[in-house]
Amino acid sequence: MDTSTTLAPIDARDRGGPRQPLLIVRNLRKHFPIRSGVLGRVSAHVRAVDGVSFTVMKGETLGIVGESGCGKSTVARLLMRLLKPDGGEHIFDGEAVGEAGGISVAEMRRQVQMVFQDSASSLNPRMPVQGSVAFGPIAFGTPRDRALAQARQLLAKVGLDPVLYGGRYPHELSGGQKQRVNVARALALDPRMVILDEAVSALDKSIEAQVLNLLQALRRELQLTYVFISHDLSVVRWISDRVMVMYLGEVVEIGPSNAIYETPKHPYTRALLASRPALDPDNRRLEAPVSGDPPSPINPPSGCRFHTRCPFAEPVCSARAPALGEGDVMAHLAACHMQDAASGHSKAVREIRH
Amino acid sequence: MSTTTATASPPATINATPPRQRGYWGNVGYRLRYDPVTLLFGTVLLLIILCAIFAPLIAPFDPYQESIIRRLKPPGYRGHILGTDELGRDVLSRILFGGRITLTMGILPVMVATLIGGGLGVLAGFAGGLINALIMRVMDVFYAFPSVLLAVAISGAMGGGAVNGMIALTLVFIPPLCRVAETATTQVRNLDFVDAAKATGAPLRLVLWHHVLGNILGPVLIYASSLVSVSIILASGLSFLGLGVTPPEPDWGLMLNALRQAIYISPLVAAMPGIAILITSISMNMVSDGLRSAMDVRS
Amino acid sequence: MFGYVVRRLLSAVPIALGVSMVCFALVYLAPGDPVQTLLPPDADAETVDRLKALYGLDRPLPIQYLDWLWRVAHGDLGRSIATGREVSNEIARSLGNTVLLAALSVLIAFSIAFVMGTIAGRRVGTVVDRLVTGVAVLGVSIPNYWLGIVLVIIFAVELMALPASGMASDHFDPTSWDHLQYLVLPVFTLSMIPVGIIARTTRAAVSEMMNQEFIVTLRANGVPEWRVLRHALKNALPPILAVMGLQFGTLMGGSILVETVFSWPGSGYLLSKAILTRDIPVLQGTILVLALIFVATNLLVDLLQSSLDPRIRRA
Repeated sequence: MDTSTTLAPIDARDRGGPRQPLLIVRNLRKHFPIRSGVLGRVSAHVRAVDGVSFTVMKGETLGIVGESGCGKSTVARLLMRLLKPDGGEHIFDGEAVGEAGGISVAEMRRQVQMVFQDSASSLNPRMPVQGSVAFGPIAFGTPRDRALAQARQLLAKVGLDPVLYGGRYPHELSGGQKQRVNVARALALDPRMVILDEAVSALDKSIEAQVLNLLQALRRELQLTYVFISHDLSVVRWISDRVMVMYLGEVVEIGPSNAIYETPKHPYTRALLASRPALDPDNRRLEAPVSGDPPSPINPPSGCRFHTRCPFAEPVCSARAPALGEGDVMAHLAACHMQDAASGHSKAVREIRH
Repeated sequence: MSTTTATASPPATINATPPRQRGYWGNVGYRLRYDPVTLLFGTVLLLIILCAIFAPLIAPFDPYQESIIRRLKPPGYRGHILGTDELGRDVLSRILFGGRITLTMGILPVMVATLIGGGLGVLAGFAGGLINALIMRVMDVFYAFPSVLLAVAISGAMGGGAVNGMIALTLVFIPPLCRVAETATTQVRNLDFVDAAKATGAPLRLVLWHHVLGNILGPVLIYASSLVSVSIILASGLSFLGLGVTPPEPDWGLMLNALRQAIYISPLVAAMPGIAILITSISMNMVSDGLRSAMDVRS
Repeated sequence: MFGYVVRRLLSAVPIALGVSMVCFALVYLAPGDPVQTLLPPDADAETVDRLKALYGLDRPLPIQYLDWLWRVAHGDLGRSIATGREVSNEIARSLGNTVLLAALSVLIAFSIAFVMGTIAGRRVGTVVDRLVTGVAVLGVSIPNYWLGIVLVIIFAVELMALPASGMASDHFDPTSWDHLQYLVLPVFTLSMIPVGIIARTTRAAVSEMMNQEFIVTLRANGVPEWRVLRHALKNALPPILAVMGLQFGTLMGGSILVETVFSWPGSGYLLSKAILTRDIPVLQGTILVLALIFVATNLLVDLLQSSLDPRIRRA
């Protein structure tokens, strides 16, 4: 982590220039087998991630939102290759990950780091926190002393006095402090992209704001690209340039932050937005916008997976799955028959959408 | 990093002198020092071990020297502090020398079983899948024997002798240690910090060494230490049954067996070797309990 | 529930087969020709050959194992070298005595340890708690074969109040003190380890239960202390009963030392005599039966516990 690289306008590792997406994911799939019976045969699959496609530009923050169990965290683990995808393309800065002629998983991991939700279990309880931060660089051959010195500098950077906190064990730190350590650890390898999986969800609101500010400052300073996963819509809006909404392992809507929050297209997105607690007591809605729990991802509903809970569902919705469609990176897309004039849905848009 | 510009909140660098940092084992040692009960029993244990090591220097008599006229004399008879046994040998000297055999038979099998069983458990826990199933199902079979029965079965079939006894005890302790190591490894393997370490792209062996092994060593060692007392009782039990150590070697279990015939003549002497076993086993259990609480980071 | 029972029952089959393989292998662990270990040392060559052919010892090991398993399944465990009697008969005659000893020991251990553990668990950290914990450590630390000897010295040799060893007659009569008195010392000795283990388990379960929110709520609502305790104990009981069940299986196989000290004519004593005479058929048969009883006890405890606590079935 040397000043010249962090402050230089163009990263030496950059391949295709600023216009080439840092990350392209096409049709990503992960199905977990369920074993049952006496012999433990595979009887069904949990379709945790079922054909997810998206793009992340250099320097932007993509937010991913959805209810718990929609596959957000599985996407994060797939992007880190902590899980092996069952199918789909995974391209990092123009190079296919883990394929011949592409970039190896180990090399990709040096450039992509992750911050986990559970700040407590994501730090080794038997290691002083500066050791956890220094582990990656030491593993890649940085001499121990130098790696530790860098780790202490990083701790300072995330707002922890290394003299006070560097030698402490995780249980001697508060949740917010532990999450700062996790951020420092993610930065230790000087990554280009950081995946934040519910990174602030477990923190108190005041601490959450501090960590979010820290993340925002670090992003600007180190020119990082974020994939920010959360179930908290307000937080996602605040930090993200673009937002992707997931439901039962699929992408239902993706687009620029403002567009998603101001003019949501998919009924599920609208329901999610409406379910946020209103701050204005005069404008508080009383009925639940989405009723019940999401259906099981083991046997997801036919057609549009949301049709079982959608107030606008029509026969076409259970018959055919709506496509997300394609567009340029900044396009606002929704996988809903009402957005497709040719779908046959009675409330479908009349004009041809762009 | 000197030109670092924007950090969210500047660190407070008021405290210039860092507080003294202890490593994990330093902390364990620190906590043990303030645990008088564990210290007391630890000292007793240390004394027992030292007595066994230096038995030739401190034993008042030759432990093999028989005497027809001095058979089964009470404690205090002509310098025999704990009396004499059925062949006129000095009981104190035999207990001191016996510690060498009994402690070895108790401790060595646990150590070997910790290496083998712990290794297999880590392998099973980290590999998962078929390898796990293969190792753990074999362990389940051996686990299906009560420990006394398995020890008796193996050494009974192989015949007496200290080595056969130790092999039997090792086989008895491999399955439980393997299970503990496997459970601990499986638990640790699924924690986020292992994923975080993997996510650095570091080689698997470094992740295993620094992040997995360090976290399972505690539970495995604590469990192993609690087995030493069981092992000493079992080892003496085997010798008591006529398996394990063979005469005329001094062994606490064997002495107990031989002196059992003398309970009507010299009851106090007959009970002596058992007291040695009891004190060792209680001390070991208390030290193991103390270690358990000292090694718990969160307490 | 039914599915769980079937699965659990089926899972015991490979374990039982594995146990039988280990027992089968015991003959081959013994030094020398397996035929020699199955026969008295002075057997003539003709007998040796006859037995070899009879038991098919010249055939491949897997076939031998299946043969052996077939005979075992039909109750044929071979003949004792020492007495020439059928091993299955010898075991059948002694097993009841061990069941009697183990069952009584576990019951007595439970009644003592449950009270001890409950008292300690309600007042963790007090002097009473430390006392109970100390007794529990003593229980698992004490070599029970030595305790047996000490008890014989005190009660049989010095006080002459109880018999030192043996059993009044082959036919046990539970109403006669003449018969019962032989049980007092062995049962007390054998119950020491389960007392330690059950007291620890009870203490942990009760102290955990007393901190549960529903118990705290009951107290906060002014429910009388004895009723609070009844609630807590009802919830703490299943794991304690499970430990008690497992201890019965352990004692069945682990009573060999105590039975030897008291010459109690059970399966453990039979085993102990077999070791001294190197009577491998008896050794093998007894160990097989005791281990299978242990497997069956574990299975039974599991099934009973799952019927009490539905959460276990998911595992």
